[in-house]
Amino acid sequence: MTKLLVIAFGSIFISNFVLTRFLGICPFLGVSKKVETAVGMGFAVTFVMGLASAITYGLQKLLEHFHIEILQTLTFILVIAVLVQFVEMVIKKISPVLYQALGIYLPLITTNCAVLGVALINVKEGYNFLQAVVNGVSAALGFTMAIVLFAGIRERMAAAPVPKAFQGFPIALVTAGLVSIAFLGFNGFKLEALFAF
Amino acid sequence: MSLWRDFKNGLFNENPTFRLVLGMCPTLAVSTTVVNGIGMGLAATAVLVGSNVIISLLRNVIPKDVRIPAFVVIIAAFVTIVDKIMAAYVPELHKVLGIFIPLIVVNCIILARAEAFASKRPVINSMMDGLGMGLGFTMSITFISAIRELLGTGTIFVAKDFGFTGLKVFAEELGAIIMILPPGAFITLGLVLAGINWLVSRKGAKTA
Repeated sequence: MTKLLVIAFGSIFISNFVLTRFLGICPFLGVSKKVETAVGMGFAVTFVMGLASAITYGLQKLLEHFHIEILQTLTFILVIAVLVQFVEMVIKKISPVLYQALGIYLPLITTNCAVLGVALINVKEGYNFLQAVVNGVSAALGFTMAIVLFAGIRERMAAAPVPKAFQGFPIALVTAGLVSIAFLGFNGFKLEALFAF
Repeated sequence: MSLWRDFKNGLFNENPTFRLVLGMCPTLAVSTTVVNGIGMGLAATAVLVGSNVIISLLRNVIPKDVRIPAFVVIIAAFVTIVDKIMAAYVPELHKVLGIFIPLIVVNCIILARAEAFASKRPVINSMMDGLGMGLGFTMSITFISAIRELLGTGTIFVAKDFGFTGLKVFAEELGAIIMILPPGAFITLGLVLAGINWLVSRKGAKTA
C-alpha cells in the first residue's frame, strides 16, 4: 500500500508528466486554450493511459516469454493505436454526448507521447500489474491537473496585452516554465516516510 | 536545384522546432547538454531519412486506407535499429536519453513528413527532405542545449562517451541551476521562439 501511494503521489506531483518529464507537451500546448476542452482531454487521456498500462504489462510478459523484447517499441505503439481506436468506438456507442465533446482529441491520443511513455516507464521500473495501472492512472491525473491549471491561466492571458513577438507559443512556454517552477516545490518530500503506516 | 531546395526547406523556412513548433517533447526534455542535443537530433535524423526513403519507395504499394499504421510500423522499425545501435556504441548517451529514444516513434515531425512529403514524392527528394528536416531539428535542439548547458553549469560540450570533460567558461557556482532543471527548458525555448518571431517580423517589415 505504501509503495502504491508513493508511486501515485510521485507521478502526480513530483515527477509530473508534463512539467517535469516533458511527456505530452503537444496536447498540453495545443488543447489548453479553454478549461472545458482541457478537462475533456484529461479524462480521455486518463482512460487510455490506465488501459494502456494494463495491456502493455501483459504484452511485455508475452514478449519476454518468447524472447522478442526487441519488438517492444513496435508492438506497444500498434497496441496503443488499436486501443485508442477501440476506446473511440466504445465511447461512440455508449455515450454519444461524451464522444461529441471529445471530438478530434480522441484519435490524437495515439501520438501523445505520454501514453507510450508511461508504458515504457512501467517496464523500466519493473512495476507489477497493480503498480503499473496505478502509475498509469496517476500519471494521467497529473497530466489532467497540469493542463487544466494551465488552461485557467491561458484564459486569463487572452485578455492581457502580450508583446507581438511573444504571442502564441512563446508566452505559453514561458508561462509553463513559471508553473513548472511552482511544481519544483514538491521536490524533497520524503514519500516513504510520509505514507508509512 | 529542387533537391537543394527540399534540403534547405527543413533547415530554415520550415524548421520543425522554431517555425512549425513540432517535436516539443524531446526538444524540452533532452536539451540539458549539447551532446545530448546533438545525439537526440542525429538519432531522429537517421530515423527520418530511413523512414522517408522506405515510405517513398513503397508509396505506390501501400493502400491509402491503412497508410498511417503502415508508416508507424516502418518508423518503429527504424527507431528500434537506432536504439540498439546507440545502446552498443554510445551507452552513456543512450542511458541519459532513456525513453526518449523509443519515443521518437511518436515524434510528430517524422509522421508529418511521411504523410506530407515522402508518400507523394520521389525517393531522392524524400531523402533530402528527411536530411534537411532532421538537421534542422538537430540545429535547433543543439542551440537550446548550448544556452542551457552554458548558463546552467558554466561548462560546455561535456561528452562522457568520448572522454571529453568540456570547456570551462566560468565557475560552476556562478551557474543558474534553474537552467538545467525543467523550468529552464520551457523558459529558454519560449524566449528563443520570441526572438525568432521578432527577427522574422523585422525582416518582413524591411522587405515589404
